[in-house]
Amino acid sequence: MARTLAMFTDTSLCIGCRACQVACKQWNELGLELPEWTGTYQNHTHFTDKTFRLVRFIEEPKPSGDLAWLLMSDVCKHCADAGCLNACPTGAIYRTQFGTVNINQDVCNGCRYCVSACPFGVVSFNENTGTAKKCTFCNDRIHNGLGPACAKACPTESIQFGFRDELVGRAQKRVETLKAMGFKDAQLYGADSSGFLGGLNAFFLLLSKPSTYGLPENPKLPQKNIFVDSLLSIGSALLVGIGALVAFRQRGTGGEA
Amino acid sequence: MTTNLIDIQNSDVIMATSNMAENHPVGFQWVMKAKERGAKFIHVDPRFTRTSAAADIHVPIRSGTNIAFFGGLINYAIQNNLYFKDYVVHYTNAPYLIDPAFKTATDGNGLFTGFDAAKGTYDRTSWKYQLDGEGNPKRDLTLKDPNSVFQLMRRHYSRYTPQMVERVCGIPQAKFEEVAKLFCSNSGPEKTGTITYALNLTQHTNGVENIRALCMLQLLLGNIGRPGGGVTALRGHANVQGATDLELLYHELPGYMAQPLRDAHPDLTAYLEKETPKGGFWVNKPKFFVSLLKAFYGDAATKDNEFGYQWLPKRASADAYSHQHIFVDMYNGVIKGFLALGQNPAVGGPNAKLARSAMQRLDWLVVKDIFLTETAEVWKAPGTDPKTVKTEVFFMPAAPAAEKDGSLTNTMRLIQWHEKAVNPPGDVTSDAEFVCTLAQRLQKLYAGSKKERDRGFLAASFKYGSNPNEPEMVEVLKEVNGYATEEIVDKDGKPVYKKGQALSSFAHMTDDGKTAGGCWIYTGVTVEDADGKLINKANARKPADEKDYLGHGWGFAWPANRRILYNRAAADLAGKPWSEKKKLIWWDAEAPGNAPDKKGKWVGLDVPDFNPFLAPDAKNGDKPFIMRTDLVGGFFGPLNDGPFPEHYEPIESPVKNLLSKQQNNPVAKIWKVPDQKNELAGVGSTDYPYVITTYRLTEHHLSGVMSRYLPMLAELHYSHFTEISHELAKELGLTNGDMVTVMTPRGKIHVRAMVTNRFKPFIIDGKTVHQIGVPWHWGYNGIEQLPGSKGDITNDLSATVGDPNVYIQETKAFVCNVKKGVV
Repeated sequence: MARTLAMFTDTSLCIGCRACQVACKQWNELGLELPEWTGTYQNHTHFTDKTFRLVRFIEEPKPSGDLAWLLMSDVCKHCADAGCLNACPTGAIYRTQFGTVNINQDVCNGCRYCVSACPFGVVSFNENTGTAKKCTFCNDRIHNGLGPACAKACPTESIQFGFRDELVGRAQKRVETLKAMGFKDAQLYGADSSGFLGGLNAFFLLLSKPSTYGLPENPKLPQKNIFVDSLLSIGSALLVGIGALVAFRQRGTGGEA
Repeated sequence: MTTNLIDIQNSDVIMATSNMAENHPVGFQWVMKAKERGAKFIHVDPRFTRTSAAADIHVPIRSGTNIAFFGGLINYAIQNNLYFKDYVVHYTNAPYLIDPAFKTATDGNGLFTGFDAAKGTYDRTSWKYQLDGEGNPKRDLTLKDPNSVFQLMRRHYSRYTPQMVERVCGIPQAKFEEVAKLFCSNSGPEKTGTITYALNLTQHTNGVENIRALCMLQLLLGNIGRPGGGVTALRGHANVQGATDLELLYHELPGYMAQPLRDAHPDLTAYLEKETPKGGFWVNKPKFFVSLLKAFYGDAATKDNEFGYQWLPKRASADAYSHQHIFVDMYNGVIKGFLALGQNPAVGGPNAKLARSAMQRLDWLVVKDIFLTETAEVWKAPGTDPKTVKTEVFFMPAAPAAEKDGSLTNTMRLIQWHEKAVNPPGDVTSDAEFVCTLAQRLQKLYAGSKKERDRGFLAASFKYGSNPNEPEMVEVLKEVNGYATEEIVDKDGKPVYKKGQALSSFAHMTDDGKTAGGCWIYTGVTVEDADGKLINKANARKPADEKDYLGHGWGFAWPANRRILYNRAAADLAGKPWSEKKKLIWWDAEAPGNAPDKKGKWVGLDVPDFNPFLAPDAKNGDKPFIMRTDLVGGFFGPLNDGPFPEHYEPIESPVKNLLSKQQNNPVAKIWKVPDQKNELAGVGSTDYPYVITTYRLTEHHLSGVMSRYLPMLAELHYSHFTEISHELAKELGLTNGDMVTVMTPRGKIHVRAMVTNRFKPFIIDGKTVHQIGVPWHWGYNGIEQLPGSKGDITNDLSATVGDPNVYIQETKAFVCNVKKGVV
């Protein structure tokens, strides 16, 4: 396997221009999509089968009372332990030699297990093709020596592309710098490969806690709950069974009075 | 701009007065770089925008009060002794003495000496320096003489106190003082700051004075010509700078030389006599002007016929043919035909309703654009019965940048070449191809004319390269650059230029017809190597690196590939850098001079904007502002509305001017248009109680021609909208997403209300004043499947009023009413 590639999205440098969102649509030919009124500049509210990069606009007052407009370009995390990949029954979702996660459109049977298995709501279903869609990490580009279109279009280097180990080092330094500048909540999200989901190959620098950006604080795969959930299900089934037996018994003993 | 975007990384403090992150996102990377290096970033804007999101401090300001704010900063710097004294004393006209008859607006209750109420103009007789016996301006280097520019400036701005700034602009005094301290204390030998601006300052009835005010602040703090300093004028994408350099304007010819006036400039001698200053680099104007005439008219331009001067069109008056004037003339039937090349005035210009009515009265209209614009379909605009429109409209499809060769000059005076990627489809042509073939066809029609006035047009050549129908753009660039019209030899008879060879410097231009040049400031963009091969420097692509942080190997910046203008000011009187940290160019006394027996040269990190061999102790060796007649930066200036910027309220304002009795700019231009097409709201109108400003969004471009037809861009905003504070929404009973009607005396539009915390009401002199904002990218055409790509035209709201110097419109501050629902 080749050295793992990653995207590091530094929200402290994001100016919300949405060049990434547009570059993604253009390169991947994602086509026209009717927008929705969100009450702010953001469009759309969440990932869709035609929106793989999504800039989030979050208005949040600072402790001082001044307004802060948090801007974040969100994308598929290409998790080391990927829920979508684990859930896929056909093998359509696979890990590339660069460590990214991709959906083979020819193999996908449209079962949508991956849609519910993603803890970030990234995977979407396309009604026309009958397949699941998400960011491909510009698979065609990275196999031809180019970075993803979003990173290429970013004017402020908020989206950086490179080898994961190098980017993590850079990201850690950046957090230290920001903390020294007074951004005391600056933190990395998904950079730690011993952390949740084995680390994210698209990881983030956030200026506030993850939930502010709509990210789970400690994302888990639904599959991880199977053992406990199955025990619970078995337990419930047993209880129902016992209940039924008891009921039938009572009926039986009740006789034909 | 005087500086360079890359150099912003060296700023210690950056004050954006424009919405830079949204409208110049690529250039904004250098602001982010500066921030990474510890710079402080201030954003002054009525609204909290994506630029404010990146700022350390956001300063909300009521639209139309910029001079009150800058005046406050000038006053603060003077009162607190925060100005850069050595710089101010030696590099500006602060110590110069003014005619004692001159009085500031502080003494004239808002008016300067010389106002003629009947004519509505100023008599500027007293606006001049006192001269000594030899005709040189008198100076007082202590800056204490009451008639010195410095003392007059101090007196003029003494009214602009922090309390007054709060009352006029709505900026709380504590916030103003915090910003003033931060910006002013980051100047001096060791520190520099820059200020960005764009249409936020220009589109006002005191637009030019707005910019002068910020320039004065930068001079006072010693921020011009130094790394990390400068006036960062953010020009429009992608070629507004190029369009001004080549002068697609009504009042100037290429290279910033006046378009002749009919009465003032009857012949070439009179023109050059009046237009050539007595000092500074512009003394060379005759060389540039004659070379320009040679580029226009070729061999037909000779000394005997004033190089074809009489063939140039002359202006009837200073404001004739300005943008707004044209549409008033069109409406009045004076102008009968209109070629709109890459322009969409049905949406993009002020009082767009008037513009559309005007175009519906033309005999013919030719629109050349990349999409079928609202202007091209003005004959069927909503509310128009096409049967009543007599205008015959022709639409010519145009090639965008990727389908043609050419250059774009960006905001930092950087000329960059682009090559054609694909051929345009079908009948689509480039603008150059259209103009050249049209001109040649017209020349055939005029071929038999014996009229003197037609001779110039017939003499002009529109052929570039071998195929007359397909101009070779490199040949156009060479004509712009300039070339020798005949062999030129030096004083020893040695050939310097062969006939037709590209000039390497505008210093080689002459006023005898031996050189031609289409825009003198661009000279040097093409050179020829020993084999006669043309080298196009606009196509140079060596990125900036540690050795050359300004990137002189990337493209070509006019003039002479200089990246920071007036950079002599980066060194002190003796020619040494003011500090090691802020070094740029300096005098190297040991470097080889301009002769074998001479030593001494200006060297450093940029091309010196100065005679490279003029020693600091030589005459004028300590005067950096070489384009000015007196060679120093001007606090006291020559504009039509006063030598110092003075705050006046916008033509339409909810409040009275608190700084003087003079409500509006006394010399502002207000066009009279028949049929109630330019009605104005009175001061404090209760029918129109809210301030309104118009602006752009990152996702759209200008009138939307390049964005509303592309789904990936058009879908980024749901629909046309207005931004309204929660406070005003509560008063009007609005919730986020409601449809509202925004109205002014000129028109009304229906848009969706985006209710937001990012707009807050202002407290102006103790009273609440609400302001709303409306982007202006929408029009009645767009993508059928995407209803939100179409919308009402914001410019139907704005008025036909203008600045008295350049006649730009006032679309950044006027008044409106807002009503819930579609009414």
